[in-house]
Amino acid sequence: MSAAHHDSSAAEPVDVTDGKLTKFDIVKEGLRRDGIEILHYEPAFPVPGTKAEKRIERFIALCFTVAGLGALGFVAVFAFWPWEYEFAELGTAESWSKWYTPMLGLTLGLALAGLGIGILTWSKKLLPVEELVQERHDGGSAQEDRIITGATLSNVVDETGIKRRPLLKRALLFGAAPLGLAAIAPLGTLITPPGDDLVTTGFSPAKNHGEPVRLMLKDGTLVRPDMVSVGGQITVFPAIPGGATNEYADSPTLLIHLRQEDADKARANAYDMYKGAMWGNYIAYSKICTHIGCPASLYEQQTNRLLCPCHQSQFLITDNAKPVFGPATRHLPQLPLAVNEDGVFYAVSDFLVPIGPAFWERG
Amino acid sequence: MKRRKFDAKQMPAKIGNELDDRFKLASPVRGLLTKVFPDHWSFLLGEIALFSFIVLLLTGTFLALFFEPSMVHVVYDGSYTPLRGIGMSKAYESTLHISFDVRGGLVIRQMHHWAALLFVASILVHMGRVFFSGAFRKPREANWVIGFILFILAFFEGLMGYSIPDDGLSGTGLRIVHGITESIPLIGSWAAHALFGGEYPGEVIVTRFYILHVLLIPGIMLALIAVHVGLVFAQKHSQWPGPGRTEHNVVGYRMFPNYVSKQGGFFMLVFAVIALMGGLFQINPIWLFGPYEASVVSSGSQPDFYVMFLDGLVRLFPSWELSGFGFTLPAVFWPAVVGMGVAFTVPLLYPFIERRFTKDKAHHNLLERPRDNPTRTAVGAMVTSIWLITTITGANDIVADKFNISLNAMTWGGRIGIVVIPVITFFITRRICLGLQQHDREVLAHGIETGIMRRDANGRFYEVHQPLTSEVDEHGHPKVLEYNGWTVPKKMNRVGALLPAVKGFFKPVELPSETPRREVEGDDRSREEIEAGRR
Repeated sequence: MSAAHHDSSAAEPVDVTDGKLTKFDIVKEGLRRDGIEILHYEPAFPVPGTKAEKRIERFIALCFTVAGLGALGFVAVFAFWPWEYEFAELGTAESWSKWYTPMLGLTLGLALAGLGIGILTWSKKLLPVEELVQERHDGGSAQEDRIITGATLSNVVDETGIKRRPLLKRALLFGAAPLGLAAIAPLGTLITPPGDDLVTTGFSPAKNHGEPVRLMLKDGTLVRPDMVSVGGQITVFPAIPGGATNEYADSPTLLIHLRQEDADKARANAYDMYKGAMWGNYIAYSKICTHIGCPASLYEQQTNRLLCPCHQSQFLITDNAKPVFGPATRHLPQLPLAVNEDGVFYAVSDFLVPIGPAFWERG
Repeated sequence: MKRRKFDAKQMPAKIGNELDDRFKLASPVRGLLTKVFPDHWSFLLGEIALFSFIVLLLTGTFLALFFEPSMVHVVYDGSYTPLRGIGMSKAYESTLHISFDVRGGLVIRQMHHWAALLFVASILVHMGRVFFSGAFRKPREANWVIGFILFILAFFEGLMGYSIPDDGLSGTGLRIVHGITESIPLIGSWAAHALFGGEYPGEVIVTRFYILHVLLIPGIMLALIAVHVGLVFAQKHSQWPGPGRTEHNVVGYRMFPNYVSKQGGFFMLVFAVIALMGGLFQINPIWLFGPYEASVVSSGSQPDFYVMFLDGLVRLFPSWELSGFGFTLPAVFWPAVVGMGVAFTVPLLYPFIERRFTKDKAHHNLLERPRDNPTRTAVGAMVTSIWLITTITGANDIVADKFNISLNAMTWGGRIGIVVIPVITFFITRRICLGLQQHDREVLAHGIETGIMRRDANGRFYEVHQPLTSEVDEHGHPKVLEYNGWTVPKKMNRVGALLPAVKGFFKPVELPSETPRREVEGDDRSREEIEAGRR
């Protein structure tokens, strides 16, 4: 290996202006001068025009033709295929437009694949088969170069005189460091105090001119007891402007009408702060999972469990919605319920503990 | 004066000379044209990432012409009738607009998403190749670090990309991002407030993620990719060991025409696959998810596959919350923030960690076969097993549903699995590597097992071995060959025992070369024996 390299470097330089040299002779001389040695080099088809060569040529030509046709097809489909979307129930659509996207992908894919396969076949089958060796020159510079560059660098430092002018050094530091601060200071605009955002919801009377907040459905209908059948559950929102929108993303609440025996259990298990929070057999829990805030909305009637589909925390609704499985650590806060003289549910107060995932100041 | 005749033949030379007069190009261009690249299929994995990135830039630019990153509330009135009259954000509406009312919008959108998945997937596989072959060793540590930073950026780039359409699924993802941010000790609630510009979900997060997604992160990635590829170029690609290959040379073919034509063809193929997937396979059908509403979620809410490991970790971690002195350290902090932190820093520093243990300061341009470094391979397999367990756990509700397994059993399986399986994987992988090493040495010493059983005069049965060398030692036994770090032939057809396959589908393209099959009686018999051995 290395012996072969010595041979080539030892050879006399060839005069490339010599008119008798072939083009490939000059290429070889260039390789030699660049420290590249040809180990193996042969044309893919030493005898031109064989059947096999022609066959490959035809195949490549076919690929490029397919590519061209595919590309034209893409343009044609793009421009002339009916593309306007028509809605139809799944499986009933009769329109051509539903094939628009697949046709675009198909034609474009065909065009690109034809081009790709053609080029690759050309490369692998028609280009000369070759193997070359090139020297690596890694492992760093020569020691002398390092010394010279190092001296030059440290000379630059000396020339600025920063080493023997400590006053300038300190002054520069004082001048530049605050500039760095100034550069990041505008980002401070992003920081705003969270205030009580994390501990209040739309059910806080403060959001309703001090009046207790009534419960509503997403469409604004006020919630009455007869709207939930026994064993059923609905999602309710604070009946304030925008109460069902993402502006009050912390407020969605599950209102559950428990069966008698479950309601008894829930009442018996209730934590002290939740004594009397139920209204009849109705109980309301925050829908926002105490793990990381997905809506814990899958209600399994048989086991009285609420499941959060994001990370599978499970909460037992007959026992303060305390977590019984999965990564959640805290129970779902309960909303103290009552019904007013109009027969409409309202929240006696906001949730008694912060809803949703835990955070540092929560305590 | 007579005007000189235009000579088309002389034009290239003339242009070349004019350019060289100004830029002195001759020598550097020649160096570029004849630069030698080593060849191996595994070196092309990183290219898939590069090509997908180019497709992402192209398709992303098209999408940016129509997407409106705004959370302003609008009422939908487009072609998709089921959502007409429903209130939603401008971002979601414009994504629906791209999908239904922009000519060719859907195919570009789907290509963008598929290309993103392919991008991250190919980064992961490419990283695996670099890791298991030891290509990150000196002098290439810096490029490993840059590559890993690119992976981290791709992770967040993708996460933000699927967050900004503001559909039901991406909103759920954002809620989790918010919950994770909130869990950081001391600054959590402030950080979440700053990120979302107020209480969750606020009105700015889509706009903020958008500018990060289309400008800041891709800009940094573009610069880093240029450095990444430039370093490969400058440091010359590492190569697998093989005859004639040393630490001080590169054996392969020239950049032009071989390498470049293969790259060009391969780019077209990658692009073609993305186009076909974008056209034929539906991805992220946001119109089925509806606009984001804080109270709505569906089962089967999975992030894109590369985020699933994190989601899986969060699902597995037990409910261990610490609190005291009026402060709380949420349980989710450990898997999400610490877990992600470890996942993004330890691999980043792996070249330096390994060097601390091996004290290996040499330059390495020859790659190592995974078996030749059992500990590293075992570490890699262990990390892969952790990644697989957490990723599968990230979809454990789907697995539980499809295979009729209890969801809780899946969680417990994952919890126990993530403690036990990596350890087992480590030891088994190590043993497999050592076993493979031993077998290599065995074949080099005794030859290839031919499968031919013979019985000698004493009645003893033995298997005929085909020595790999004709040289013999002083006892007349075949010489024991030294292991050189490359593949040892272990089957007879690797050393030419089989006739070359006949090419052609229906009829031979060329008649097989005339191998003297039945010339001598003795030769004929040995051929039959070898063929019998392969049946």
